Amino acid sequence: MSETLDLSMFVTRTPAGAAHMDLAVEGVGCASCIRKIESGLKQVRGVAQARLNFTDRRLAVDWNDSALSAGDIILELERIGYRAQPFRPQSAEADEARMGRWLLKCLAVAGFAAMNIMLMSVSVWSGHVSDMTQETRDLFHWLSALIALPAAAYAGQPFFRSAIRTILGGHVNMDVPISIGVTLALALSLYETATHAQHAYFDSAIMLLFFLLCGRYLDHAMRRKTRAFAGNLAALKAEVAHRFEDDNELATVPVSALQPGDRLLVRPGERVPADGVVVSGASEIDESLVTGETLQRPIYAGEAIYAGSRNFHGALVMRVTAVAAGSLLDEVQRLLDRAVTAKSNIVQLADRAASRYAPVVHVTAAMSVAGWLIAGASLHQAIVTGIAVLIITCPCALALAIPAVQVVASGAMFRCGLILNSGDAIERLAEADTVVFDKTGTLTLPEPQVDNAADIPPDMLERAARLALSSHHPLARAVAAVARQRLPYDGATEETGRGVRALVDCAEARLGSPAFCGSETAPGAAADGASTLMFAWGGQFWPLVIRQKLRPDAIEAARALKSLGLEIHILSGDRPSAVAPVAAELGIASWHGGLKPADKIALLEEMKRARRRVLMVGDGLNDAPALAAAHVSLSPITAADIAQAQADGVFLGERIAPVVSAVGIARRARALMMQNLWLAVIYNVVAVPVAIAGYATPLIAAAAMSGSSILVTLNALRARKRSSSEGASWMS
Amino acid sequence: MDVLIYLVPIALALGLTGLAAFLWSLRSGQYDDMDGAAVRALMDDDII
Repeated sequence: MSETLDLSMFVTRTPAGAAHMDLAVEGVGCASCIRKIESGLKQVRGVAQARLNFTDRRLAVDWNDSALSAGDIILELERIGYRAQPFRPQSAEADEARMGRWLLKCLAVAGFAAMNIMLMSVSVWSGHVSDMTQETRDLFHWLSALIALPAAAYAGQPFFRSAIRTILGGHVNMDVPISIGVTLALALSLYETATHAQHAYFDSAIMLLFFLLCGRYLDHAMRRKTRAFAGNLAALKAEVAHRFEDDNELATVPVSALQPGDRLLVRPGERVPADGVVVSGASEIDESLVTGETLQRPIYAGEAIYAGSRNFHGALVMRVTAVAAGSLLDEVQRLLDRAVTAKSNIVQLADRAASRYAPVVHVTAAMSVAGWLIAGASLHQAIVTGIAVLIITCPCALALAIPAVQVVASGAMFRCGLILNSGDAIERLAEADTVVFDKTGTLTLPEPQVDNAADIPPDMLERAARLALSSHHPLARAVAAVARQRLPYDGATEETGRGVRALVDCAEARLGSPAFCGSETAPGAAADGASTLMFAWGGQFWPLVIRQKLRPDAIEAARALKSLGLEIHILSGDRPSAVAPVAAELGIASWHGGLKPADKIALLEEMKRARRRVLMVGDGLNDAPALAAAHVSLSPITAADIAQAQADGVFLGERIAPVVSAVGIARRARALMMQNLWLAVIYNVVAVPVAIAGYATPLIAAAAMSGSSILVTLNALRARKRSSSEGASWMS
Repeated sequence: MDVLIYLVPIALALGLTGLAAFLWSLRSGQYDDMDGAAVRALMDDDII
């Protein structure tokens, strides 16, 4: 076949002149895979370097492209036993990697400074009770200042920048009191050092930064790991399109290389790779991923079609277009914009806590200054006490309380097969009291299945399935999926739009429409969206009912969600007659069918007005606005790209179980977050009076701060508990 | 206490050496693949 996959867009050049490509590799499970892949590739002539990153399952290959093409490398990997797909690292990912390295550098600087300052501080503290002279103490304080000031200026940047950004935006987040506390502590200590005073708080300020940076780095690392995993899944989908080049020749290109204006060929049985307009050809398409409708729709030249629809009978030539006014995509985009603006009003738990906490702390500090002045203390003494209050209340524990739980909980969800886009989705997920499911592709499996497989003798089913392997028709594909032996029959011929036939075990076998098989009974398409194919062999007829079946654990999942106290609704774009049986089977009383994207949003708004917090689970293009509008949203991994981009998380595999476990984990995580916040409050209730009374020496400040930080971190680790037993076997 | 005159600089220099070593290891990409580094240590195909 002359048509080869054009991978040139993935290949970059190294400074040494070799070609370089990054690949996502599937099936890397254990350490020996590293050696198998790397040494296997290095034996190939022309490959200069192959290195597998075991953490994010990616392979970087350098090779001499005069000897070898990119496709050869993928074939070679396949021969070794791994499926791999090239991908272009997205710029967002590169930014995140840079951010991670920067945080780690800040952490290293803060750690170095904290250790060395503590070396001085411990000497000073023991000097208070032994024979350290004032000169030596001053020297140690000056040395501490020498280390602390540049270190804080460098390592504090993540907090200072974020604090300035939010203040300019007219808000308060946790970084504001942190920055104020650290800056004032350093300024006071410098002043105290210059006036030969007994106490300096350099150690507290730097230790605070160190603890907070630990939390922030872990948070970042977790997010990066899930992001990389999601990137691999997208790459391994390996979606390709058949594009007409300038000379009207057909080339296979990755979908990510498509540009508006490209002309594409969509063959029968293929998915439409991009949004566009049909230029020529006529066919029927299944738009279940777009509108939720499971009946096929006839399509002619001039009509708009959307990425993810499946083409049935005829080949279509289409032109990729940008969003056209008046199209479904245009409407979805408009609704999306509105929903996203509305959603930014949700304030995160951490910011809510910060906006209450910061004023209280700052007022307390100001009042203790005033109080000491009224009680007749010197201005210096009053200010020292005020700043000591700020240092001791500096929200070390508070700033760790929520991120620490988020890190542990999103790790637990990851093991259950759910990838979160953002850490704050956890608290929103925990608040959900209503679940809204889309039907097609969410409650049901995205691909149609043979429903009555149990009624057909296994040997007949196997014959039908092996015959189906020779057909491009989407329904035949469902039959082919049950084949135990993936061996097509020799000499099978397909008559487009009718069926496929072959000589099987000395008799003619036919699979296709009832008329094609010569059967009188012609059930055709049933009312509930099921289609019937006929299989004929040796004068016997076996109807195969094909429909979108429920996900294997849908019934248990619905029951489990109900027992968690969630109210369940189905909002589907499919016909009511197709939604009703699904709702009945799952025991869901509240369902709506035939909804447009705007109708879904209207119903969600209604629930919102009734003070329900909605978890939306959907996969279609038509669900995207609803996913964005809901309080929190999840999508299956098979969802349309635009829907996945709006969802707060994506779940893997055929089961809905990850959604159920995620709600459980999120609720436990939220309880832990609240516990942690209360722990931080209790710590402050105990420590603040000590500081106000003027007893907060640097030693006490250091002990209290590290103690409370360790306490909340240990408490956060409890979010791991039991999640291992909930972990599904999706990873295997 | 004259001993401080050279002990303190030595202590700081040691600390800075550690910091520099860490920053070097970070720059040379040794933290890019933490899981891989853990298992690569156990591979003995380079010992012949």
